[in-house]
Amino acid sequence: MPDTLDPHVRFGSNSGQPVTRRDGLAKVTGTATFAADNTPDNMLYAVFVPAAIARGRVTGLDTEAAAAHPGVTHVLTPQNRPPLQGDPSDKPTMFSFRFEALQDDSVRYAGQPIALVVAETLEAANEGARLLNPKYERLTPRTDIDDAEPYAFEAAGFGLPANTVHGNPEAGHASAAQAIDVTYETAPQYHNAMETHAVVAKWEGDHLTLDMPSQAISMSCAGFAYYFGIPAENVTVRSPYLGGGFGSKAIPTGPYVLAILAARMTGRPVKMMLTRQQMFGPVGHRGQTRQRLRLGADDTGRLTVIDHEGIAATSTFDDFVEPAANASQGIYAAGALRSTHRAVKLDIGTPGPMRAPGEASGSAVLECALDELAEKLGLDPLELRLKNYAETEPGTGKPYSSKALRECYAQGAERFGWNSRPRAPGQMRDEDGLLVGWGMGTAFFPCPMFMAEANATLRADSTAVVETSAVDMGQGAWTALAQIAADSLGLPLDKVDFQAGRSGLPDGGVAGGSGHTATAGGALHAAGGDVIRQLGEIAAADPDSPLYGAGNAGFVARDGRLYVAGDESRSEAYTDILARSGGAEIAGNGSASRAPETAEQHAMNAHGAVFAEVKIDPDLCQMRVTRLVGAFAAGRIINPRLAESQLFGGMIWGISFALHEEARHDHKRGHIVNADLAGYHVPVNADVSGLDVITVHEEDPYVNALGIKGVGEIGITGTVGAIGNAIWHATGKRVRRFPIRIEDLLTS
Amino acid sequence: MSPSISLTINGEARAVALDDPRVTLLDLLRERLDLPGTKKGCDRGQCGACTVLVDGRRVNSCLTLAATLDGAEITTIEGLALGEELHPVQAAFIENDAFQCGYCTPGQIMSAVGLISEGSAGDDPERIREGMSGNICRCAAYHGITIAVQEATRNMIRTDKEDAA
Ligand code: FES
Ligand code: FES
Repeated sequence: MPDTLDPHVRFGSNSGQPVTRRDGLAKVTGTATFAADNTPDNMLYAVFVPAAIARGRVTGLDTEAAAAHPGVTHVLTPQNRPPLQGDPSDKPTMFSFRFEALQDDSVRYAGQPIALVVAETLEAANEGARLLNPKYERLTPRTDIDDAEPYAFEAAGFGLPANTVHGNPEAGHASAAQAIDVTYETAPQYHNAMETHAVVAKWEGDHLTLDMPSQAISMSCAGFAYYFGIPAENVTVRSPYLGGGFGSKAIPTGPYVLAILAARMTGRPVKMMLTRQQMFGPVGHRGQTRQRLRLGADDTGRLTVIDHEGIAATSTFDDFVEPAANASQGIYAAGALRSTHRAVKLDIGTPGPMRAPGEASGSAVLECALDELAEKLGLDPLELRLKNYAETEPGTGKPYSSKALRECYAQGAERFGWNSRPRAPGQMRDEDGLLVGWGMGTAFFPCPMFMAEANATLRADSTAVVETSAVDMGQGAWTALAQIAADSLGLPLDKVDFQAGRSGLPDGGVAGGSGHTATAGGALHAAGGDVIRQLGEIAAADPDSPLYGAGNAGFVARDGRLYVAGDESRSEAYTDILARSGGAEIAGNGSASRAPETAEQHAMNAHGAVFAEVKIDPDLCQMRVTRLVGAFAAGRIINPRLAESQLFGGMIWGISFALHEEARHDHKRGHIVNADLAGYHVPVNADVSGLDVITVHEEDPYVNALGIKGVGEIGITGTVGAIGNAIWHATGKRVRRFPIRIEDLLTS
Repeated sequence: MSPSISLTINGEARAVALDDPRVTLLDLLRERLDLPGTKKGCDRGQCGACTVLVDGRRVNSCLTLAATLDGAEITTIEGLALGEELHPVQAAFIENDAFQCGYCTPGQIMSAVGLISEGSAGDDPERIREGMSGNICRCAAYHGITIAVQEATRNMIRTDKEDAA
């Protein structure tokens, strides 16, 4: 791994500029085509019927009534559903979950598809679905975290260790002068991207075309190919715009498979768009957790142990477990670290990755527990964190690839005015008599990379086309990646035709883990570099070029010209080089993934510090976040305007986690009682004010060729804890469950 | 036989045959009239993604039965720009990064246009936040939305003054 960037490009021409979104015009004029905006000729509508019970069997469906409704063309049930070629219980790719596609009459959770109605119009399909009027045999549902025994397992999340120990935790507990032992709970949360899951499926022979939002295009192709018994290259996925993803749109789900099946059966295109209510079940969620944290510290406040146990809810038929306790690894320099996970199997849809899976829930609890410890030690919460600042990765001793967390603490605290915070709670009131509290938390997110490939072709007129199946789900990939691609080719942004968002292009990898810009961007950077290398070879070998013979010095590409590195007086335009070489195009390709040696040698994380102010009505206990300052160090920022939006978005998800989001089950009947946007609260505009983001400069020569760490998820971490701690600071009350509710403060 | 209603949609008078009395304005626009710019986020009045202007007022088109709109004037996101020239709200949304995925955006923009013509918020950020709170943005682009609406309001007042002068 080089210590400096690949020198063929000078960053800053396009990268680093706050250009507005390239898809902005389409998005503000209504011409951005989301999946369900497609209505091909001769199309049918499909609507699935969700189970109203959480456990048992479907014993009756009035298929005659549904089929007799004008416009209804087909009613699919387990009795007549055509066969699938791949078993819905198999896991053909890394991002596969077991799902229901009418393989039998069992009900495993409320909201599971139990029938499908296909009709000429959406209205007819909806009415047909209503007329099916299911009858059930009910078994007692288990939807409360106490309804089943926790069990141990090997892998949390996607293949993360379920148990990690560094040092001797028992010795850490024994040697602690001060200790706390607290248990917190976090609620089940549902992604609820504004665009519900949607697909328009169309078969031509054994070729399948899917207009659908996908965070993982090539894996989606492979997954659907498996279930329908066709080669992956026969599946075309078009995903130019996603109306939000947040982790839920990476995975093939039962409703999609049913819609595709209906299209194959009818020989007509089929559109299915989930209702908002149907988003609460078959398309994943963030599992509920109960976390116990035991912290020990010596008299000076140095941590002797962080001992984090997580219990998380998962489904009865699959095994994704929120890896919450792993959030305690890697941040603070404790003498010993232990993270353990157990799971409980409930009659719920399988949880999955939701923005900062594990880190969000785990960090919320860790940061609150540290605040409790600071109180006990009589230390300022920031001081406690600085006393335990990790210079190398705790446990492993690995150096960090870069870590500007100290600067984040300093700049965030300065901007917020943290120094004037009274230590004791309940000390501050505003001019209206509202209780005021200040809290803080550390933000932390790893920097994973996936695999991606890209092509770049430089044309004779000094324009280029670059290709990778990257996806923009709102994070701004189309803009940031095009900036990287343009830099890699030494061209202005408007000379580059950026092709992405569909299959049939080089694999752009997965938009997830905050690693998409680094991974797909790395592939584009390499592809552009490949083109420039070839161009340099042509010029260096051409006696008519001013660059003749300069191959050993190397070249820098900028504004459509090659310059000799170190001697800018020698340069030539791409057009001239290419014209003499016969005007042919130059095609290059590149790929990116994490080099295993660098991963071995360094700990790689983005860091940040979040400071929150809340104001609370002393009588009504209504809580508002009135200020939120986040300072983040996340390596190179390709587009500050878009990165800031991502960080704001993450921090608002933190507000949501702390104060709003919670799916509530009726544990008697097993269904979610607030499965819509009136009952399931997310922040609205009036909930958000006083937001401030600082991006702290950080150069990282190891994390990847571009020095990018990613900003998509880190904003939630730190924020949840900061808000919980601010609520304690305002009221003196520790609420150990999220979201924090008014009644938690009313009952003392 | 399908009843027919007359609508003016984005300035164009149209006779619309209603194949089904259950059709909402939202599904009429999206599924039948090839105007899918207006988005569905909840289909029950809880998110604002489907906001359009009906006779100049912002409404949730998912809650409005098309059959009740005979004679109405509808403006959707597709009809807001004047040819190549963006509406000031659209331009301010791009400039202030007032969206991420863009799915709530047509509704946000139509709601902002409605709010500005209601004239009750002015450029006061707190009132704008309140007045825009019927439009959920899960990407949480609220910071930019508030600034964009503020900026567009000021620009429109300035232009109105200049026109009057
Ligand atoms: S779709 Fe109409 S308010 Fe949500
Ligand atoms: S921009 Fe994605 S929901 Fe608002």
